[in-house]
Amino acid sequence: MEGAEARATRELIRRATPQRPVVFNGLRAFLVGGVICGVGQIFLRLYRGQGLPLREAATATSGTMILIGALLTGLGVYDRIGRQGGMGAFLPITGFANAIVSPAMEFKREGFILGVGARMFTVAGPVIVYATAVSVAVGAILWLLGRAG
Amino acid sequence: MDFALAFLVGGALCLAAQLVLDLTRVTPAHVMVLFVSLGAVASGAGLYEPLVKLGGAGAIVPLPAFGHALVDGIVREVGRTGPLGLLTGGFDAVALGLTVAVVSALLAAAIFNPRG
Amino acid sequence: MSTVSRALEARTRRMGKQTLRFRLTPAVVAAAAVVGPKEGQGPLGEYFDIIKQDDLLGEKSWERAESRMMAEACRVALRKAGAALGDVDYLIAGDLLNQITSSSFVARELKLPFLGLFGACSTLAEGMAVGAMMLDAGYARAVLVAVSSHHCTAERQYRYPTEFATQPPPTAQWTVTAAGAILMATKGDGPAVTLATVGRIVDAGIKDPLNLGAAMAPAAAATIRQHFEDTGRRPDDYDLIVTGDLANVGKEIAAELLSREGMELEDRLFDCGSSIYDPSQGVEAGASGCGCSAAVFTGYLMHGLLTGRYRRLLLTCTGALFSPTTYQQGETIPGIAHAIALETQDAPGQ
Repeated sequence: MEGAEARATRELIRRATPQRPVVFNGLRAFLVGGVICGVGQIFLRLYRGQGLPLREAATATSGTMILIGALLTGLGVYDRIGRQGGMGAFLPITGFANAIVSPAMEFKREGFILGVGARMFTVAGPVIVYATAVSVAVGAILWLLGRAG
Repeated sequence: MDFALAFLVGGALCLAAQLVLDLTRVTPAHVMVLFVSLGAVASGAGLYEPLVKLGGAGAIVPLPAFGHALVDGIVREVGRTGPLGLLTGGFDAVALGLTVAVVSALLAAAIFNPRG
Repeated sequence: MSTVSRALEARTRRMGKQTLRFRLTPAVVAAAAVVGPKEGQGPLGEYFDIIKQDDLLGEKSWERAESRMMAEACRVALRKAGAALGDVDYLIAGDLLNQITSSSFVARELKLPFLGLFGACSTLAEGMAVGAMMLDAGYARAVLVAVSSHHCTAERQYRYPTEFATQPPPTAQWTVTAAGAILMATKGDGPAVTLATVGRIVDAGIKDPLNLGAAMAPAAAATIRQHFEDTGRRPDDYDLIVTGDLANVGKEIAAELLSREGMELEDRLFDCGSSIYDPSQGVEAGASGCGCSAAVFTGYLMHGLLTGRYRRLLLTCTGALFSPTTYQQGETIPGIAHAIALETQDAPGQ
């Protein structure tokens, strides 16, 4: 489409398209994300209480939350939490687990090698790729500045 | 008190991610990449460690912590073994999380079927 | 227009630029809808022939379940017409999956001569137009038109794994799990297919695959407007002007576009995508998928035609002709719509 009519159509579409409920979504993300982190805090306390230093307790907490996210995805519950919580469900590491487990389950019917194995990182892959690249760059800068180690 | 702080810090990070998602209309994968990268940069700038001290799980559970863990691991390994640590320290620090994720995904795929 | 081309036009059964006029007026002898549980629980549930209790139908994949629904819809349509597979000259079918495998697997099972179509969610009307042409030209006595879609096969191909924790925006549409089949024949009772308007692609510049109603609405409006221009008919010649799966957002856009052309459709405009689910079923803007217009037409609208509630309706199925590759490459989404006029025996003359 070209010209004035196309512009008028585009303007109509823009006007008729409902806006995302930014405030409502933000509130839901805050609450759901907050609650998930609250659950994480239970484990962090537990591991700290076992005498683990903060760094190791944090690693153990992440691992535990990944397990919980994987289990809830397997049980078919986590997609519903995500529907409500948006990034509140997706940004916590439980959501990262969901991003790995959900394609693994979904593409099982294409086999364990080319289905599960190959598709597992369709969404989580980019996260690992760029996290690795950025962290190496940050580490290199710190090293050049003499602040690493 | 620590629960309230975990809730507030974690909730605030998720709220920020949701705002980026809704206002820029990129996909959730884009937001994840952005936040994990921001976590790594904030860690390098020395800002993430104080957030962990303040928020506990509120800073540990959200994905930026993954970027922080990578940078933290790199910095420590560079201190121990020199510049080679730039290439080994990151994965060393996140090995547990990645291994748990991969193994649990395999198990979940073996046990569960998608419900649709 | 010259005398020669005028005479040619009369002979070639064309009206205006894009409309076909069928002289033998093929009849929709029987139609059947097989739907999933969510569709069965919706407000039109009572009109569907078979409601499945789960999305997988006991099969080992969603894809097999979708094919099975389409095959069942074909068999139910034949049974309702008292016909056998041997009475059917061609199967004309399409669906949303890569290489339209749901359809070709049904054709493999039914062993009918097969023409596969891809018109995305416009496939029902596209198939009915092709079928009517074959019948009208004498190349067939009876054709079976079948289409299907499945929420889970569409999700995993076009979007994310079904268990992925994603939050749909208010413009998103829920792909219908359903199959519809229509037996059309030159002999037999049933609403007649009198006209078909074949649509052009209209691209409104939409890039968001979660706003398909807006991408398709300008195409729907263009085809409906062209239908009236080609035929000289007016909106109130129809009891209902049906659109396929614009859903709430697209329906509003289409209504406004037509209103700007001087066509106030108001209650006469009916969108299958806005009707098959109740808002409480959590489907955001409404429904989409080949199965949406297929189930609503073969179930609810056919019931209306057979009981005399409607005597003439215009079925405009709408499609978004994109793929995951094209939207990831930043291409805009082309929209298309095809319109079919259906009339009962006692419809008022023109």
